[in-house]
Formats: sequence, structure tokens, C-alpha cells
Amino acid sequence: MIAIIDYGVGNLFSLKSSFGAIGADVIVTDSEEKIRSADKIILPGVGAFSDAIAKLRATGLDKVLIDEANKGKPVMGICLGMQMLFEKSFEYGEYDGLGLLKGSVVTMQDVIPAELKIPHIGWNALIFKQKDCPLFRYIKEGDCVYFVHSYFAENCDESVAATTEYGAELTAAVAYKNIFGCQFHPEKSGEVGLNILRAFCETEAL
Amino acid sequence: MITKRIIPCLDVKDGRVVKGVNFLGLADVSSPIKLAEFYSQCGADELVFYDITASAEGRRLFTDILTEVASKIFIPLTVGGGINTVDDFDRVLKCGADKVSVNSGAIRNPDLVREAAQKYGDQCVVLSADIKRVDGEFRVFAKGGREDTGMEAISWIKKCVGMGAGEIVVNSIDTDGVKKGFDLEMLEAVCDAVNVPVIASGGAGGIDDFTKLFKALPKVDAGLAASIFHFGEVQIKDLKQELRNNSIVVRL
Repeated sequence: MIAIIDYGVGNLFSLKSSFGAIGADVIVTDSEEKIRSADKIILPGVGAFSDAIAKLRATGLDKVLIDEANKGKPVMGICLGMQMLFEKSFEYGEYDGLGLLKGSVVTMQDVIPAELKIPHIGWNALIFKQKDCPLFRYIKEGDCVYFVHSYFAENCDESVAATTEYGAELTAAVAYKNIFGCQFHPEKSGEVGLNILRAFCETEAL
Repeated sequence: MITKRIIPCLDVKDGRVVKGVNFLGLADVSSPIKLAEFYSQCGADELVFYDITASAEGRRLFTDILTEVASKIFIPLTVGGGINTVDDFDRVLKCGADKVSVNSGAIRNPDLVREAAQKYGDQCVVLSADIKRVDGEFRVFAKGGREDTGMEAISWIKKCVGMGAGEIVVNSIDTDGVKKGFDLEMLEAVCDAVNVPVIASGGAGGIDDFTKLFKALPKVDAGLAASIFHFGEVQIKDLKQELRNNSIVVRL
């Protein structure tokens, strides 16, 4: 069973459907009990960092997630959910993240040429940094995935699994021990995205 | 490098795709779900659904279909047609749409763009503008291109981007249906004026028109078309291969 944490941020319809499409047993839930009994946990997220992390903390599920991650359960953050796995975000201020991964989240404005549009929206190719990353079992380098973001994770050498080129190399996917994340939307990235979710479903607890 | 997007557009009325679709090997060519699956498998980068029904019953059917499409197709979906209020945004986003396109609704009430962008983010709000040359200027038309609003198009688009429109669909009435190519002059004027993605619509007659578009205007992000895809005159796979042969970055 895969638990998608429902903490009142964004629309989880497509994410839930995409796991359904690959035959995974999935539940969207805000129940501590169900999250603890699940084999794997998905942390979704859209919108502003400060708002999302506050909402997650208000449910108390942040502690449950950290606790389960520390026990070795596979966890994957998606889009803003991935950003929340890091130590800090500098989106409109400075906010503490969950601290499951080393690194911080910053605006891409300072690293990409001024003529490039922000947000970075659209299909872009993956550049692998960890050739044997379990998430990439069914895809190949150069495959395109769908991005929508204005901030990205930096100083995350330990976990970066793939980047994408948008005037600079931006962190696209992360993997460190049992903690995974996608800056892009696998649930909107066609077959490639479904294959990443499929691979995540096959990861094992530490 | 971000890829150039190819976007088929499906007009849906009373639960069926209209404008006539003519596909070999596709049994139910007016089923939005079958067509969406077909396009997704062919390499479409995004799908646009326009709800052109007027009745409440048609609208209910549309949202049912959208929900089914979104549960089967895992590429970005944009929905337009009959979007007049923030509640309309809510209705289609809940069905699994990723972006919502506004046209006449924004002309009647420009605050709709601001309100929707504040609630759902700029990336969710697409301004679709039907534009025609009148007395030497680009003019915005409403009601499916039937009514001259008197507004100059470039300033209208800039105003909407200022309020939070995250993407612009430029539909040239002058080239629409003519099949002699996109309206490069109009598109260039829009690209020069704003720094959000611009989607070209109206005028594509064949693969060469897309190549010309992206070669002449590297700032254009996507090309949208309906009938040339629906009638099989252009296969998306062939189109993308040809673009790649011309050094235009696409997702294959």
C-alpha cells in the first residue's frame, strides 16, 4: 500500500490516478495510522513553500513522515513535496523544511539567464547523475518529463540523482538511501513518468 | 533545453468531439477519451479541450468526460470554453485539468484573471485571445471571434500578463482556417511584448508551417492546431521528427 499524504494542498486526483494506472494499491489519506501502516509514502505539494509546510505541520503528519522515513520506509516527494524534504527554503523568506535531505531550495532567477522565462514550464530532458538510481530502472537518460517550478534545490550533491538543463543545471530528481524526490510531475510526464512511479513502487525499505 | 510543444485541440459539444474527425483505425472518432488516448500515444505534449456546449446538461457531460480523460491520460490538460468565474476554474481543476484557458470571460471581467491567478497560481491561468487586424491594428475579438471589442490586442495581453496570466494562446482570425501558415507578424508582436510562454494558433496547414514558425520565432513555445491533426493530414510523430531534423528541440 502506498499512502499519498493529504494535508489540504493541491489536487491529488491525477497523482492517485497515475498510481492506479500502473496497478499500484494507493490511498490518499490524512490518517496517521494509515500512513504508518503503508509500505511507501508520497509527499505531494503545489503552491508556496511557507503555506504548504505550515499546513503539513498543522496536521502533525510531518513528524509521522520523518519518523517513518527514519525507520527506512521509502518516501518520495513530488514537486513542492520534494522541496519540503530539504533543510531550508528561501522562497519569500527563510523557512525550515523537513531536513530529510541536505540542501536548500532557492529561486532559479539568480542562476539562469534573464531572457529565460520563470516558471520553468514544459517538457525537459533528464541528465542522470546517479546512473543506478532505482527510480530510473525503466527510463533512459534524455527522456523528457514535465516541469512547473520557479525554485530548485541546491547544495544537494549527496542526493542529486538527475538534473535538467534550463540555462543552468537544475536539480530534477533526488535519491538518498530511502528518500526520493522529483521536481517534475511524474503524473503528468506520460509513459516516462509512469515508469518512474513504477520503479518507486518496487523500491524496498532499508 | 525546454522542448517546443505540439498541442492538439479538441472541441467538445454534448460529450462528443466536433469539427469532424477522420482517423483510420480509430473506431469511435468522436469519443474525447479515445482521441485523447490516441494523441497521447502519438506524442502530443499537451491536450486542450474546449467545451462549446451551452446547456447545463452538456456542461455536466463535459466534466464527466474530463474526469475520465484525466484518469487515463497522464500529460498536461488545458480546459477552455465557458470559463466565466473562479467557480468555473474550480469545477474543471477538480476534474483533473492542469490549466484553464479564459477568453470572453476575461474580456467581460478582467479581474477574473487576477482572482484565478491568486488562487491557483499564474501557471494555471491561460489567456486565449482571438485577434484580427482592423484599421491597421491588432484588435481583440470576443464571442468566438464574432464581436470586435475595440480593444488593441497587445495592450490587452500585456494587461492580462500583469494580472497573472501565465501563458498566452494567440489565435489569429486572419490566418485561421486558411492553412497557409501561422501569423508570424502577429505572434512576433506578442512575443516582443510579454515574457510568458506564447502558443501559436490558427493557420497551420502542414508540417512546414510548424518548422517555419519555430525557426522564425524561437520565442514561441508551442504550436496548437485542430483539424490538420484530426483529419490525419499531419501525424504528430512525423511532425516532431521533422522538427528535430531541423534542429528544433522536441520530445520524441
